[in-house]
Amino acid sequence: MNQDLRREREAASFNPELLTHVLDGSPENTRRRREIENLILNDPDFQHEDLNFLTRSQRYEVAVRKSANMVKKIREFGIADPEEIMWFKKIHLVNFVEPVGLNFSMFIPTLLNQGTTAQQEKWLFSSQGLQIIGTYAQTEMGHGTHLRGLETTATYDPETKEFILNSPTVTSIKWWPGGLGKTSNHAIVLAQLITKGKCYGLHAFIVPIREIGTHKPLPGITVGDIGPKFGYDEMDNGYLKMDNYRIPRENMLMKYAQVKPDGTYVKPVSNKLTYGTMVFVRSFLVGEAARSLSKACTIAIRYSAVRHQSEIKPGEPEPQILDFQTQQYKLFPLLATAYAFQFVGAYVKETYHRINEGIGQGDLSELPELHALVAGLKAFTSWTTNAAIEACRMACGGHGYSHCSGLPNIYVTFTPTCTFEGENTVMMLQTARFLMKSYDQVHSGKLVGGMVSYLNDRPTQRIQPQQVAVWPTVVDIDSPDSLTEAYKLRAARLVEIAAKNLQNEVIQRESKEVAWNLTSVDLVRASEAHCHYVAVKLFSEKLLKIQDKSVHAVLRNLCLLYCLYGISQKAGDFLQGSIMTESQITQVNQRIKELLTAIRPDAVALVDAFDFQDVTLGSVLGRYDGNVYENLFEWAKKSPLNKSEVHESYYKYLKPLQSKL
Amino acid sequence: MDSPVHRVSLGDTWSRRVHPDMASERLIQSFSVEQLTNILDGGAQNTALRRKVESIIHSDPEFSMKDNYFMNQNERYVAAVQKRFHFQIIAKRLGWSENSPEFYYAYRALSGELALGLHTVFLKSLQSLGSEEQIAKWTPLCNEFRIIASYAQTELGHGTNLRGLETEATYDAATQEFVVHSPTLTATKWWPGDMGRSATHTLVQAQLICSGARQGMHAFIVPIRSLRDHTPLPGVTVGDIGPKMDFDNTDHGFLQLDHVRIPRENMLSRFAQVLPDGTYVKLGTQQTNYFSMVVVRVELLLGEIIPLLQKACVIAIRYSVIRRQSSIRPSDPEAKILDYQTQQQKLLPQLATAYAFHFLARNLLKFLHSSYDAIQNKDFSHLPELHALSAGIKAMTSDLCFQGSELCRRACGGHGYSKLSGLPSLVTRVTASCTYEGDNTVLYLQTARFLVKNYLQTQAIPGSTQKSLPPSVAYLTAPYLARCPAQKAADFLHPKLYTTAWAHVAARLIKDSAHHLETLIQSGADWDEAWNQTTVIHLQTAKAHCYYISVKSFTETLEKLENKPAVQQVLKSLCDLYALHGILTNAADFLHDGFLSGAQVDAVRTGYLELLGLVRKDAILLTDAFDFTDPSLNSALGCYDGNVYERLFHWAQKSPTNTQGNPAYEKYLRPLLQSWKSKL
Repeated sequence: MNQDLRREREAASFNPELLTHVLDGSPENTRRRREIENLILNDPDFQHEDLNFLTRSQRYEVAVRKSANMVKKIREFGIADPEEIMWFKKIHLVNFVEPVGLNFSMFIPTLLNQGTTAQQEKWLFSSQGLQIIGTYAQTEMGHGTHLRGLETTATYDPETKEFILNSPTVTSIKWWPGGLGKTSNHAIVLAQLITKGKCYGLHAFIVPIREIGTHKPLPGITVGDIGPKFGYDEMDNGYLKMDNYRIPRENMLMKYAQVKPDGTYVKPVSNKLTYGTMVFVRSFLVGEAARSLSKACTIAIRYSAVRHQSEIKPGEPEPQILDFQTQQYKLFPLLATAYAFQFVGAYVKETYHRINEGIGQGDLSELPELHALVAGLKAFTSWTTNAAIEACRMACGGHGYSHCSGLPNIYVTFTPTCTFEGENTVMMLQTARFLMKSYDQVHSGKLVGGMVSYLNDRPTQRIQPQQVAVWPTVVDIDSPDSLTEAYKLRAARLVEIAAKNLQNEVIQRESKEVAWNLTSVDLVRASEAHCHYVAVKLFSEKLLKIQDKSVHAVLRNLCLLYCLYGISQKAGDFLQGSIMTESQITQVNQRIKELLTAIRPDAVALVDAFDFQDVTLGSVLGRYDGNVYENLFEWAKKSPLNKSEVHESYYKYLKPLQSKL
Repeated sequence: MDSPVHRVSLGDTWSRRVHPDMASERLIQSFSVEQLTNILDGGAQNTALRRKVESIIHSDPEFSMKDNYFMNQNERYVAAVQKRFHFQIIAKRLGWSENSPEFYYAYRALSGELALGLHTVFLKSLQSLGSEEQIAKWTPLCNEFRIIASYAQTELGHGTNLRGLETEATYDAATQEFVVHSPTLTATKWWPGDMGRSATHTLVQAQLICSGARQGMHAFIVPIRSLRDHTPLPGVTVGDIGPKMDFDNTDHGFLQLDHVRIPRENMLSRFAQVLPDGTYVKLGTQQTNYFSMVVVRVELLLGEIIPLLQKACVIAIRYSVIRRQSSIRPSDPEAKILDYQTQQQKLLPQLATAYAFHFLARNLLKFLHSSYDAIQNKDFSHLPELHALSAGIKAMTSDLCFQGSELCRRACGGHGYSKLSGLPSLVTRVTASCTYEGDNTVLYLQTARFLVKNYLQTQAIPGSTQKSLPPSVAYLTAPYLARCPAQKAADFLHPKLYTTAWAHVAARLIKDSAHHLETLIQSGADWDEAWNQTTVIHLQTAKAHCYYISVKSFTETLEKLENKPAVQQVLKSLCDLYALHGILTNAADFLHDGFLSGAQVDAVRTGYLELLGLVRKDAILLTDAFDFTDPSLNSALGCYDGNVYERLFHWAQKSPTNTQGNPAYEKYLRPLLQSWKSKL
């Protein structure tokens, strides 16, 4: 092991293993996760190859092979628990991108949710066994977040008892679905249902797209890969154009709405439940944000402990770059954020499971708040993480730009999270809608509960909107609880400002919708403040549950740093709201620097506690053993450009260049 | 409505017709786009020359970039070498010399997709560090491509800190040679462009050791590949450093030297010389070497960094008037996404920034030229200021251009993630500029050092006036203004008012920086330790100063446009937007000492939101004025004609994933699909 890293680990003030247990939820979870990881790592069939040297088509091929292999292995090892399957996939796939994945994550669940028993009998067995490979085709080239705008049509023909699927325009071509381009032979297609001359909105249809046996596109189907992307090289995101393509009536998923053989449309009873899947996926993404950021921090902090550069005092040996204040200031707040998001992710997951049990018993009361909260938290954590991964990469200087660092890959794999499963700005506005509703509710004298209950706290505000009353207590910058209060006040203030501005615009513009658009910048700000408060609150509450003293101490420092750094970044809000004074802000900045120094000796142990396998990190810079430079050189030598000593282009262009000029 | 005649389109089916949603944006022209283009180019004659070069480049199929997004690293390198080869032949035929404007415009038209760029860096270093004899010997070899040269400075373990480099050049008086050697693994040269596959020679920065003494960094011309068959020379281990985020056109390389011997004459000896007997002779200071670093940083701004943000704005804003999504009122058709306030808030401040930086870089370039003239007359007095400005401005522009273009990319939703949008490539290119030619953090701190030094000087010499300070920090002695006088939103739309506000904040932060530093020193820390313990505040200080400089430069540009009122007016809105966006992003700095009150910040916000609506109307014309050709944008989303979807569909179909069959099906999918059958 690299000497610097060894020293760092020996000097840590706490046992990282205990912190790993906290992150996993229990020592038992840690044990089981490692057991599964080792199953893969010790499996002779598991070959890890470095995707960086492969072309896109080769990467796709590897991913298909791994996907296929994984289905077999999961069955062989008898892993059935969804959480354990996740652990398995994370190590096995490394990048977590699997072309066959949509079959399991979208096709089958949609079939289960929206298909009749007969339909499930027909397709479930063969799709579970991958006799058919399905995907889910919703977004179109010209339409994404706004579902009602989709153009694909499914027109019922009672004569033949078939639906005619059609892509009437270029913009209606299905675009982006994963696994659609090359892998799948079936797709669940979302289309506008038209029967008896009337449009009934979006419904789901099972559409065969490739011939079983030859895998060729069926007549009337144009299907392919949408081309190169920022990342996700392994995935064949696809397009699908249907040219008056006929499918039997039974291929419409009819658990809720139905079309009778004569073309009569039968309305669904209720479909609030579909909402649940969305909440599930988004809550999963919050956890993904935490994991991606934790990976990036692990790489950047380990490398910063190995890398030596410049001098703090002239004549002294080059220090570890982690000793520079600017480097600590770049990385430690991100480390604190990674921990904050780990706890936010765990909370969202627990809450989802708790509420989901309620839903099973018909209790939908908590769903709206959870839906609103998860939408905002998905946007809040993914925006922050997006910028933070990139900051980690840049903190590694030139080598961060090389794929050897693993950071470009983490970034391009993570960044679509800001867009998919609900574009972030739209998500923030959904949260804002809930906040506005809650605000109005308080305004009309009804109390609100849950995370927005702070809106109840300021009755005086409703009478004298502009007057900022004396706050109940002075903020104590050394107390996570007090800082949580400060964030709460900020959120309350920004929610109120957005609400007032919205009311003013409504009065001026006579259209609620136009007013909403003209207030949307304020609304997004309010949602962000709300989410930030939630993150701070969850982190400080987590501290209460930590028993080990040394772990508690180090987490408390991280929590303080997370809170104070946020205040320093958004100091304008805290000053403008008179939540804190100028001299307190100066103290905050001073305290941040003290915390950087306090966290410094534990930095490496804190990233070790995330407990990532080297395979998962995929980084030469972030290796556990810290032997960066030797391995970097070995890695570069494997590059395809080094295959021959003299490159072909020398004969083609360089040599003639020398003679022709 | 047709494209203007001069406009270079992609010449495909869709170029002929402008999308109605795009055409409607150009119906009302509140100002002359052509006039603005001329201003950006620095004169109508430049615009004409640029367009001439562009039409030569784009009409030549050898320069086509249409397959770029489908290529792997190796293919892009080969294509870039091929383009460079072809380019040299054309340049020779048309008489375009290395430093001519034609050269620069051709580079712009090709979006930098050329190999052998380090060639220029080698020549520049040779000219500033070489003796007359050396210049006379190596320049023609280089110009005629009889050798291919690169420049090798950074090492595996060492970057920004030059003095930490480990490569050694030991003089052997017996043979009158230098022995160039990489003593450790970390001494391996790493990252130099063109070195991985192309270069035959490289300029190696190494520690000079002669007569047993270490004399610091010097530059040595080291042949690395055979001129006969291009194989590495004995003692040389050289290769490509592997896949990167971008710059696949360049073969960044590694180089290990195992006691490689080069003649004594290969050490560049304008400023220092080793005599045959090994005596080390210094021949003056390296002021001008330091100057060449400054030149590179300044030229990068308009040559590379800023156009990347400008292009990102063009693509994202054009796409945002074609893309329709949801509706603002339930009864309305789907709205152009640029009509959403949240979308305007993402894109329009970036557009304002793209303009602000363009003028900032132009003004800095002027300052550079006048300093150059002074240096020719042995007047080095501007150098510290020029150095501080170029460092900070390079850091600020690369930081914000990166953030801005990434924001533009994400503002295009899913399609922004497709390489066919052109946006991922802009982002991966611009992000590298935050690191190369000096890591931004290090550069900001250099600027901060200059600011603090100047401030301490004003304190040490009481009564020092603006005259004695370099112009960019003259505001340090401006009369103190405790409160901003603005009363309402409209008051903030005055260049003088917000420039003063920025000056106030920058000055206060400089004072704070100095104060923090002095406090630590008084409590016993030495200067270096105290500096490291206060760098966070210095960063903030340097950023505020640079922002102030950019606001000031924008307002000065406006002042010169009195005779073009329509253009002046539209640029003023952009300038206002740029300044107010900056105030809101850094509100705390303005609130901190009560310079702005909470109510004033609210007024800034009101003014800012109104500006968004105002700039929205001219947004497309403002992107047109940059006058990027469609081939240089190379974006399915960003073409002038706005035919986004047809092009996206067509381009995707050309992807090798669609044209080259699916080996994965035969190998894995088919067995997978059928494995189950046998068990049924």
